Amino acid sequence: MEFQVIWFILWGLLWAVYFALDGFDFGAGILYPFIAKNEMDKRAVIHAIGPVWNGNEVWLITAGGATFAAFPTTYAYMFSYLYTPLLIILFALILRGVAVEFRPKAPTEAQKKLWDAGILIGSFIPALLFGVAFGNIFMGLRFDESGYYGTLFSLLNPYGLLVGLLFLFSFIVHGGLWVSLRVPNSLAEKALSRAKKFWYPQLICAILFLILTAFYTRLYDNFIKYPIWFFVPTLAVVFLLLTGVMIRKNKKGKAFICSALFIITLVFSGVIGLYPNLIPSAIDPKYSFTIFNSSSSPYTLKIMTIVVIIFVPIVLFYQAWTYKTFMYKITEKELKEENY
Amino acid sequence: MDTLLLSRLQFAITAAFHFIFVPLTLGLSILIAYMETKYLRTGDKDYLRMAKFWGRLFIINFALGVVTGITMEFQFGMNWAEYSRYVGDIFGSPLAIEATVAFFLESTFLGVWIFGWNRISPKMHALSIWLVALATNLSALWILIANGWMQNPVGYVINNGRAEMVDFWAVVTNPYGLLKFGHTVLSGWVVAGFFVLGVSAYHILRKNETEFFKKSFKIGVIFALVSSILVAGIGDFHAKEVAATQPTKLAAMESLWETTKDAPMYLLLIPDQKNERNSVEAIGIPSMLSILAGQKEVRGLKDFPPSERPPVTLTFISFRLMVGLGFLFILLSLWALVKSKRIENSTTLLRILLWSIPLPYIAAQLGWIVAEVGRQPWIVYGLLKTSDAISKSVEPSQVLASLIGFTLFYGALGVIDIYLLAKYARKGPQPKEV
Ligand code: HDD
Ligand code: HEM
Ligand code: HEM
Repeated sequence: MEFQVIWFILWGLLWAVYFALDGFDFGAGILYPFIAKNEMDKRAVIHAIGPVWNGNEVWLITAGGATFAAFPTTYAYMFSYLYTPLLIILFALILRGVAVEFRPKAPTEAQKKLWDAGILIGSFIPALLFGVAFGNIFMGLRFDESGYYGTLFSLLNPYGLLVGLLFLFSFIVHGGLWVSLRVPNSLAEKALSRAKKFWYPQLICAILFLILTAFYTRLYDNFIKYPIWFFVPTLAVVFLLLTGVMIRKNKKGKAFICSALFIITLVFSGVIGLYPNLIPSAIDPKYSFTIFNSSSSPYTLKIMTIVVIIFVPIVLFYQAWTYKTFMYKITEKELKEENY
Repeated sequence: MDTLLLSRLQFAITAAFHFIFVPLTLGLSILIAYMETKYLRTGDKDYLRMAKFWGRLFIINFALGVVTGITMEFQFGMNWAEYSRYVGDIFGSPLAIEATVAFFLESTFLGVWIFGWNRISPKMHALSIWLVALATNLSALWILIANGWMQNPVGYVINNGRAEMVDFWAVVTNPYGLLKFGHTVLSGWVVAGFFVLGVSAYHILRKNETEFFKKSFKIGVIFALVSSILVAGIGDFHAKEVAATQPTKLAAMESLWETTKDAPMYLLLIPDQKNERNSVEAIGIPSMLSILAGQKEVRGLKDFPPSERPPVTLTFISFRLMVGLGFLFILLSLWALVKSKRIENSTTLLRILLWSIPLPYIAAQLGWIVAEVGRQPWIVYGLLKTSDAISKSVEPSQVLASLIGFTLFYGALGVIDIYLLAKYARKGPQPKEV
């Protein structure tokens, strides 16, 4: 296989893992003010994501770094074309990170309230806007050889917003499930009931996505050419339905895993449809940034492949260990003694 | 104002802000790991309280280091698209390696450390903070290899209108990058050493937990002294490397206009860039500059066209101040070491140490100004001019908006962070359990 193709798969994988992990942090942060009404509940939700959110965010940094290293031209133009939306996501991520870390240390009620709002806003904006960004990439951006013609508002088109909502609802369900696994019982019930509720709009958005993608994008072209790949979106549908079934059966752990697999197969469905493009041009496909016209040299790709083959399994190993270590139900006693 | 100027300003502000938090992380992680290990070895509960007390300050500082770091990573593509396109084949790799090798390790195990006190064995707990310390310093290695390549490009060819890597090993072992790594990491250790000294001095002066803070002081003073000596030593090698690879920067650092054999160094000097001379030159030490630069004949700025000279006054003053502070740190930490047995009696020294907390931070910022301003007008020395590195599709109004946004947002975060640090530093450790 050519190195470009390997890196395309890795590129998709990094984004997929990122959304499957940080997605539940966003979901938890969005549900946070709505399910946690007293101090103990609030501490519990923050504690639920506390040990892992930063490690999850590094998947984003790695996805960005890998784009830079493997497809520098795409990195350069994607980031500069999407300057303003990325800036908004960046500010939100900064706010989320600071709020999660400083809320437990805030000395006054007023400061706590401020960080509570920070956690909500800082989780909501990226959840929605990452979806909008990917929706627009699926459609193609309006650029040709002399530059980019879109604006912040042209990105907020119906299809972009639909993908935004799909991401948003998926992350809320995902986050509700994660929280329900980790916090004490009465709060866990609340989180689970939110996951149950938000599963319906998630399903509706997913169906609309399957239909409208045929009209707004060229993603289906690859699938029609190679129908075997239809198994990926099919799996996505199966995992989404299974998530709903497991929630109803009160099998929280299985529901969470199905929801994670849904996010991963969803991202891969989009990525397969994009191939070999990284950012299609909506003006004319000949301007599109593909994995072939925007990649690094074979030498660099080879070096980076070696690095990734050695280190990513190590990372997966110790992150899995962390998840195992912290996959316990937080107790009331622990929250009372909490002092970090 | 144009996109170029605004983007430069934004890069300088966000990078300098990131580098307020980075140095303390680099050094304090090691000290906390040492304290926790000492607790495991001796069973002395004071060392456990120590790890927790300094650990809390560490976490407050770390939070801003992380979030401001993400900005750095986004900015190359957002503001410097032509740069990213031109050097991405080489420059992207260390950044991606930094994330895979260092950031994962650091963020995952810091989470383990913060939340794992009752969940994992004490040995595993101590190991996790050692891993954090290792990873933060490893992250510095990769980012400085990247920055080192901008200062002294190696292992590349120009192909397809961009720089392409042909020798990864040469990029990784670039002497410029490795010296930069040593010097920068040590500068972080100096910051952490003086931070521990200053905060301890505050409590010793108030006779609050004197025993506890004297123990912290002892750890801090040795760390500060050793790092101060080493940072100056490596700095000297660093200057020789600059002389060999970036003659324009060296000449600006010393404000040397004419190419000179056995060049002297003037202790008192005021540059005058407009008239290509120094308006004051006094107290010369014969041949000193030649010795420091490691060259018999040192090239002067007039050897280069004005369009290839960096801003002289800023580079010169920053360099002088950094070096001056460097010697001050050696003296201060020596003095503190001599007095450390009965430090509670030396109130003047304690007060000086308390007020010295900001100085190593300032020295580190000055160092970056020397390195970055002194490299101008090049973004990649000798290869790419900063003015050709900019994103063409970004409007000045967009950068102006983001610049204002960063300034306000970072300003607020900086105030909150310092407030929290000061608050928890003053509060002192948890009381002893009886
Ligand atoms: C990996 C690369 C890298 C790293 C680690 C840093 N910089 Fe830098 N810096 C640049 C890469 C760069 C640059 C991209 O090359 C800039 C942007 C525009 C320019 O003129 O050079 C620059 C500009 C720049 C300027 C403005 C120079 C001018 O416009 O004349 C200052 C004051 C700094 N930087 C300061 C810093 C500080 C305090 C850093 C500490 C973290 C830092 N830089 C890290
Ligand atoms: C301009 C280039 C730089 C980029 C792109 C960059 C990128 C980043 C990113 C993305 C993070 C967040 C990691 C996380 O989420 O855990 C980070 C943190 C960090 N960076 Fe940087 N950084 C830059 C400059 C530097 C320099 C010059 C150093 C040190 C010499 C450094 C050392 C660190 C350290 C130690 C951290 C850990 C968190 C902390 O600061 O407390 N970085 N950086
Ligand atoms: C006392 C003698 C010192 C000498 C001779 C010295 C020398 C140098 C030189 C020549 C550079 C420029 C390298 C370049 O252009 O790339 C530099 C940069 C720098 N210095 Fe120093 N320095 C000294 C002390 C210090 C101290 C005390 C600190 C901080 C506590 C510090 C922090 C830095 C930093 C952060 C940089 C930028 C990164 C780099 O280029 O390595 N230096 N130093």
